[in-house]
Amino acid sequence: MTKSSFSSIQSEYLALIDHTKCVRCKRCIQNCGWGTYSFGGDKILSDHAKCVACGRCYTYCPESAISIVKNPTVIRENGNWKENHIKSIWRQSETGGIVISGMGTTFKYKKYFDHILLDACQVTNPSIDPLREPMELKTYLGKKPSKIELDFNEEGEPILKTKMPPQIELQTPFVFGAMSYGSISLNAQKAMALAARALGIVMNTGEGGLHDDLVPFGKNIVVQVASGRFGVHRDYLNSGIAVEIKIGQGAKPGIGGHLPGEKIGLDISRTRMIPLGTDAISPAPHHDIYSIEDLRQLIFAIKEATNYEKPVSVKVAAVHNIAAIVSGIVRAGADIVYIDGYTGGTGAAPNIIKDHVGIPIELALAQVDERLREEGIRNEASLIAAGSVRSSADAVKAIALGADAVAIGTAALIVMGCHVCGKCNTGNCSWGITTQRPELVRRLDPEVYGERLYNLISAWSHEIQEVLGAMGVNSIESLRGSRERLRGIELTDAELKVLGIKHAGL
Amino acid sequence: MTEGLKVLKLKNKFSVERDISGCGLCGIINAKKVKTNGESIKKAISVEHDRGNGLGGGFAVYGNYQNYAELYAFHIMYDNLSAKDNVEEYLKNNFIIEKEESIPTSKTSKIKEHPYLHRYFMKPKPDRQDKLFHDMGDDDFVVQSVMSINEKYDGAYVFSSGKNMGAFKGVGYPEDIADFYELDEVEGYMWTAHNRFPTNTPGWWGGAHPFTLLDWSIVHNGEISSYGINKRYLEMYKYNLSLKTDTEVITYIFDLLVRKHGLPIELATLVLAAPFYQNIDKMDNEKKELLTTLRQIYGSALLNGPFAIVFGYSGGMVAMNDRIKLRPLVAATMGDFTYVASEEAAIRAICPSPDAVWSPKAGEPVIVKFEELVAQKGGLIGL
Repeated sequence: MTKSSFSSIQSEYLALIDHTKCVRCKRCIQNCGWGTYSFGGDKILSDHAKCVACGRCYTYCPESAISIVKNPTVIRENGNWKENHIKSIWRQSETGGIVISGMGTTFKYKKYFDHILLDACQVTNPSIDPLREPMELKTYLGKKPSKIELDFNEEGEPILKTKMPPQIELQTPFVFGAMSYGSISLNAQKAMALAARALGIVMNTGEGGLHDDLVPFGKNIVVQVASGRFGVHRDYLNSGIAVEIKIGQGAKPGIGGHLPGEKIGLDISRTRMIPLGTDAISPAPHHDIYSIEDLRQLIFAIKEATNYEKPVSVKVAAVHNIAAIVSGIVRAGADIVYIDGYTGGTGAAPNIIKDHVGIPIELALAQVDERLREEGIRNEASLIAAGSVRSSADAVKAIALGADAVAIGTAALIVMGCHVCGKCNTGNCSWGITTQRPELVRRLDPEVYGERLYNLISAWSHEIQEVLGAMGVNSIESLRGSRERLRGIELTDAELKVLGIKHAGL
Repeated sequence: MTEGLKVLKLKNKFSVERDISGCGLCGIINAKKVKTNGESIKKAISVEHDRGNGLGGGFAVYGNYQNYAELYAFHIMYDNLSAKDNVEEYLKNNFIIEKEESIPTSKTSKIKEHPYLHRYFMKPKPDRQDKLFHDMGDDDFVVQSVMSINEKYDGAYVFSSGKNMGAFKGVGYPEDIADFYELDEVEGYMWTAHNRFPTNTPGWWGGAHPFTLLDWSIVHNGEISSYGINKRYLEMYKYNLSLKTDTEVITYIFDLLVRKHGLPIELATLVLAAPFYQNIDKMDNEKKELLTTLRQIYGSALLNGPFAIVFGYSGGMVAMNDRIKLRPLVAATMGDFTYVASEEAAIRAICPSPDAVWSPKAGEPVIVKFEELVAQKGGLIGL
């Protein structure tokens, strides 16, 4: 389509310029990836229809002369016919297409993390000061045997006989969620790789293959195998610390992906191993996985290809029957299961899927953890919880519900400047994150944002240590799955039952 | 007293996830199995009178049932006689009962109200019905029976089930409990004692320490802040935590690690109070790998939070603190005797000039094994 898809719809935001302050430096014209600004001979002009409120222009305006405001012109209020319904109808009637956007759902569903409270020590057990005592966050992801096997030497001293399956060692229970080269820029991936290496955690290539520049970061990278198999070859499988099979994604369970040909430049074409300028289409299912036994074959094909030296993770979206699904995945041989809740992010997904399919990560995680324990196989795989972990508090609650670690996706992009405008699918990201336009990508300095990512995860880790200390434990494994330290507030009996926690006061 | 309230006294039916308390504890062991009667341990624990509040006291003794050493000695408390009838029907169907009797108690002690206390010396029937479905060993069957009685039989609670050992406990100060059970008449080569200060439930007979299962006995001062995950971990291995107490968790973790998974007692203590990674990383490679693996596999069994425990088993005694020593524990030796207690004064009351007195470091256990067993395969316990 050549004209703006918002053409007959009033603009959502107004980009207002205070001309008494403006010095006509034109930085806003340069910075806006959307083409909102132009120079009218004597002053800056705004095309409001193009503004997405990404925040880039006012952040870089030296005179603070720009304000982005929500367009005050109302669509007549109606509790039933809301603005998004009306605008979608207009848009679809203009184009005949599916409404697509980036990031997670914008719907205001109940956030269960916000209805869970944490415990702390008083009198009978002392709290522990994390500034004075060791406070351990180290986490190992991977299959654990249910018991240790020992031999004894002549002196009767135990000798380890157990051969531990391969593990990912994390210094703090965070990983960066999968975001492919193509959906985000190489510089954004580099920032995560630098941070992951400095933090002793891992990032994830997503399904876009591994760019040559990232190969040296292998020990801190999980390589992904998705339905399109982009960039997958033997060396790729062996170049990371682990391999992840992506079955589903929280923002778009049950559907595949589509990176349009115009974004497939030389570098992406090389990395994905597809011809220049062709669409990169990830099918909805893996065409060699039509059931659980097929997944088992792929898991073991990957283990064979990597000499059983890499843990294999399986990523699924949280859907209605998630507990049984994950149980099957664990029994199929996965070492790690990555569960992505319905508020998880994406580079592009149809709104109907993003806004209506899947279930909250809190509920999914609680049920999966419980189910694996009932079946006596919780040790067989580690669980990663994802789907908009917005703070260290969310992370603590996820871990207490049963996660071994949490994944950070959107939060990492916010570090790099993202204002969650939800237009990742357009490729115009002014922050250089979800774009392949060289002039935009260039502005994202991997070292600067790598350091900020490091800062964020360090800060969150310190906060987790504070919470552990307040709870009187000095190791993350004593919080993991310890739902007794959680209480619900403003939740129904059914919700409490699914979460496996008591109401506050009990 | 109404029937309802009496039921309350045996089991934890309070609306709490678990019972927590502060406490005092003592232990005496003679490595050569020289026996002493209950006078010394009573004297020692009475020095720690102020560490309890009269809502729970108890003792475990080993070597006291020499004549029935091959039989499981069940101590059961009953609220009412119909509970006794029900439990006995179960026992008669599944066990050969060689002897049964009331547990001797004093009529003149300060303990006036108590449940009916009975003991049974018995072994599981070789042809018991469940053999049709499982090939369960005797120990496992006894564990299952204890859990099933404690969970399903109202008004009945098994508080001791080991061989040649017994627990004696109730609501009261420990010195009064000792008088009540006439422990001056009981002889054993290892004793542990406990004085309880419950903080969130009133006294209940079942809630007094020691907690026992088979030959394991635990007295415990502390609160397990990791209770939630320890419980869920044990439930995965089919332990039923019906008592809702911290101490029950410790008993079952030892049972799982030592009896079921075959860990030497020393390694089991390194699960309970795992060394910090910062220390593990400094060890030589072999040890580092062993301890890292141990933490990876048994992370959910780490006991986190303040505790001092004295843990008895047929092979000896273990006394230890949590990994940063948030509760007191003192140890002393005198000849073949080893003493442990919350306070040095308790030890000095019965052993005024010990050969050595020390305060064990955080997470470093004091392990005393009976000498005849030390000669066995590297000091592994023989169960």
